[in-house]
Amino acid sequence: MHKQPIMQATRRAFLAAAGGAGAALIVRPAKATPAAMTAAIKQVVGEAQINSGKVKLDLPPLVENGNTVAMGVSVESPMTAKDYVKAIHVFTEKNPQPNVISAQLGPRAGKAEITTRVRLADSQQVVAICELSDGSFWSDKVDVIITLGACLEDNLI
Amino acid sequence: MARTLINVPQKAKRGEVIAIKTLISHVMETGFRHDNMGKAIPRDIITSFVCTYNGEEIFRAALHPAIAANPFITFHTVATESGTIAFRWTGDNGFSQDASAKITVG
Repeated sequence: MHKQPIMQATRRAFLAAAGGAGAALIVRPAKATPAAMTAAIKQVVGEAQINSGKVKLDLPPLVENGNTVAMGVSVESPMTAKDYVKAIHVFTEKNPQPNVISAQLGPRAGKAEITTRVRLADSQQVVAICELSDGSFWSDKVDVIITLGACLEDNLI
Repeated sequence: MARTLINVPQKAKRGEVIAIKTLISHVMETGFRHDNMGKAIPRDIITSFVCTYNGEEIFRAALHPAIAANPFITFHTVATESGTIAFRWTGDNGFSQDASAKITVG
């Protein structure tokens, strides 16, 4: 029995060391910061001004599972040969990468509306940007709350 | 071979805006996850989706790891003429999958 205190001390020391080492070793995937998102947007938009309006980003405000989130983007546009939506881009703030999808449309689309399913790693702001044929950019932002984020359940394969 | 599911109306009136829905089975492995040994799982995603209507490109999308597994994409087009609407998905590790649907425009 006289050995027990030593055992405990060792165990405690071991756990502390292991915990410390573990914390140092676990490297979470780097998350895109709002700055990374701004940079990604700049790559698409360049120096052009982004106006708000015209685009409607459709995302549920509260999401239970970030692994599949239904997302829709629609743009008010007559979709004629002279006035149409050229592209729709979606960006996220806190996913490991800011880009989500970049869709190229044309006047033949008839209706500028796309839907898909996305992964969202964390509660964050999602931004949709559309480029019109006249070169102007329009955006919409939605704040989403995620209960269970994507990308985090490393062991669930 | 990945399974695809395409939804295109069989018949449409000329000039009508039709909705096209596409689904393809694919893991869309992000490259940000780790296995039980802590080893990073390499990225394996579909990076590009292209839709052509009688050979003319009508829709193209660049996909990123943030697209959920089994990518589901819907979009619209104007039914201009009878013919074939073809789809192609391409991705990492030489992934390529084609699908097509026939449409009769009257």
